Amino acid sequence: MITGFLLNGFDTRARIVVAILIAIALLVPAANLMLPPDHPLHVPTYLVTLMGKYFAYALLALAVDLVWGYCGILSLGHSAFFALGGYAMGMYLMRQIGTRGVYADPILPDFMVFLNWKELPWFWYGFDMFWFAALMVVLVPGAIAFVFGWFAFRSRVTGVYLSIITQALTYALLLAFFRNDMGFGGNNGLTDFKDILGYNVQADTTRATLFALTVLFLALFFFIASAITRSKLGKVLVGVRDAESRTRFLGYRVENYKLFVWTLSAMMAGVAGALYVPQVGIINPSEFAPANSIEAVIWVAVGGRGTLVGPIVGAITVNFGKTWFTGVLPEFWLFALGALFIVVTLFLPKGIVGTVQAFWANRRRPAAPASLAPEPAE
Amino acid sequence: MTDKAEGTLLYLDGVNKAFDGFKAINNLSLVLAPGEMRAIIGPNGAGKTTMMDIITGKTKPDTGDVLFEGSTDLTRLDEAKIANLGIGRKFQKPTVFESHTVEDNIVLALKAKRGAFATLFHQTTRAEAARVDELLATTRLTDKRKMLAARLSHGQKQWLEIGMLLAQEPRLLLVDEPAAGMTDAETAETAILLREIAKTQSVVVVEHDMTFVRDLGVKVTVLHEGTVLAEGSLDAVSSNPKVVEVYLGR
Repeated sequence: MITGFLLNGFDTRARIVVAILIAIALLVPAANLMLPPDHPLHVPTYLVTLMGKYFAYALLALAVDLVWGYCGILSLGHSAFFALGGYAMGMYLMRQIGTRGVYADPILPDFMVFLNWKELPWFWYGFDMFWFAALMVVLVPGAIAFVFGWFAFRSRVTGVYLSIITQALTYALLLAFFRNDMGFGGNNGLTDFKDILGYNVQADTTRATLFALTVLFLALFFFIASAITRSKLGKVLVGVRDAESRTRFLGYRVENYKLFVWTLSAMMAGVAGALYVPQVGIINPSEFAPANSIEAVIWVAVGGRGTLVGPIVGAITVNFGKTWFTGVLPEFWLFALGALFIVVTLFLPKGIVGTVQAFWANRRRPAAPASLAPEPAE
Repeated sequence: MTDKAEGTLLYLDGVNKAFDGFKAINNLSLVLAPGEMRAIIGPNGAGKTTMMDIITGKTKPDTGDVLFEGSTDLTRLDEAKIANLGIGRKFQKPTVFESHTVEDNIVLALKAKRGAFATLFHQTTRAEAARVDELLATTRLTDKRKMLAARLSHGQKQWLEIGMLLAQEPRLLLVDEPAAGMTDAETAETAILLREIAKTQSVVVVEHDMTFVRDLGVKVTVLHEGTVLAEGSLDAVSSNPKVVEVYLGR
């Protein structure tokens, strides 16, 4: 049963993508660690970390695509789950600092000493253990998504209303995490990390390993997403996206399907956040900013929603563009992003990958290719 | 109340439904015997679609009994439960999964477990594949099975939707204006298809097209302002002075 499900997901496309990702996970760290700095193929460490960040974004984009591209739920609040996963990892990293902090308190992180707190709040218990933090990385976003989805989908909140509520969710969390007495470092967030599992987070080898892990997790989740979208459940999800009432009158309990994919997607976003934080070295409330969630939606739109490869391509392309643009013309990046969104919506409604797919399919066989990509919105 | 409902497939008694004071359904009573095919006609706003919404659980009536197979109270169930009891519904506007192939549309409709985990690990069985072939043949879509449903013509979409209803293996089919937007030839074919279906299942057809209703050759119920105006053969109701008045005006 389960093997059948897994085999189903391992089609040619998934094999190629997973193989490419594994190759990247191996070759980039090798080029960074094994080649001498003057070698033409040497990859500098800052670039490894930068790309690691992009691949974490790609995982977030994949999570957004799973709910938006395949189930029609336009989430404008996925950065909330990303940030929650990031905070869970950040809390572990804070507790690893121990006596090396400015105030050298063995238990309390610096910001708590600064606020004159005497003991660790209960919700920080257990975060000195990596396995516990790793569990929270998926459980906390998963639980919040489950409760949110339970009420929203059962009350049949859809479309633009749901999108607005997801914005409200991430904005509420943003405001909450800004408060010092929440116990998450307030405005400054969590930073000044030293070790992860006993390895120095600044070291080249640790950075290369984190990069490789990020890409491998992306490969794993790509494979899971591929298996899900190719299963009958995946077809039901597309059915919900295209004709929700039809699905309901066929006897499918639509809210359960939405809840399943929504919770899973939130967990994926949490993992993305957890991989992001040790690489950038900081997590603060600005990660909850509604604009971040919208940016993630733009990556998916640019890459091509409903294609799985699209969000990865989109996240990496747009972020490379952002890095380049903010270096050359920093004030104009937001205008460029807005323009990009308009151009894609007008001229590439299926995104980069969707357009390329349609082009190839038309060349090979003019009669209707079977594609799960949605019709462009009007 | 259940005594009268005994032996019936669908039993509506004293059903009322108002939207913001507008009485869409007004003391409606309707009885359908197992295996019966019934045509429902009526001018716009007569409450035909609201009646279907009530039967399929989309709308809850304010008062009245809606019973399936004499004992199951449909007013307490939601759409998914009612669909799984064996009531299939075709919408007025053909509603199929446009970005799925014709074949996948049927596969999704096939009678099977509807839970999320059951579908996640579902593998198509040989029996299911055979049933899909059979349904595609019935709806004359065999050569289009790999085509996206979005590329079908309007009439073909209507047929695909009927095929999806059959795949659910319902005991009662509710069909809303199946002939709307079809060519005359397609309309005649649809009547043949529905008569074929009615041999094994109960069918309720809502229709405007009188030729089509005549082709079906079944008992007709005339709705007007949310209540039953007349019932009988098409010839009997069309000579009923009250019906003539409603349709032609004074």
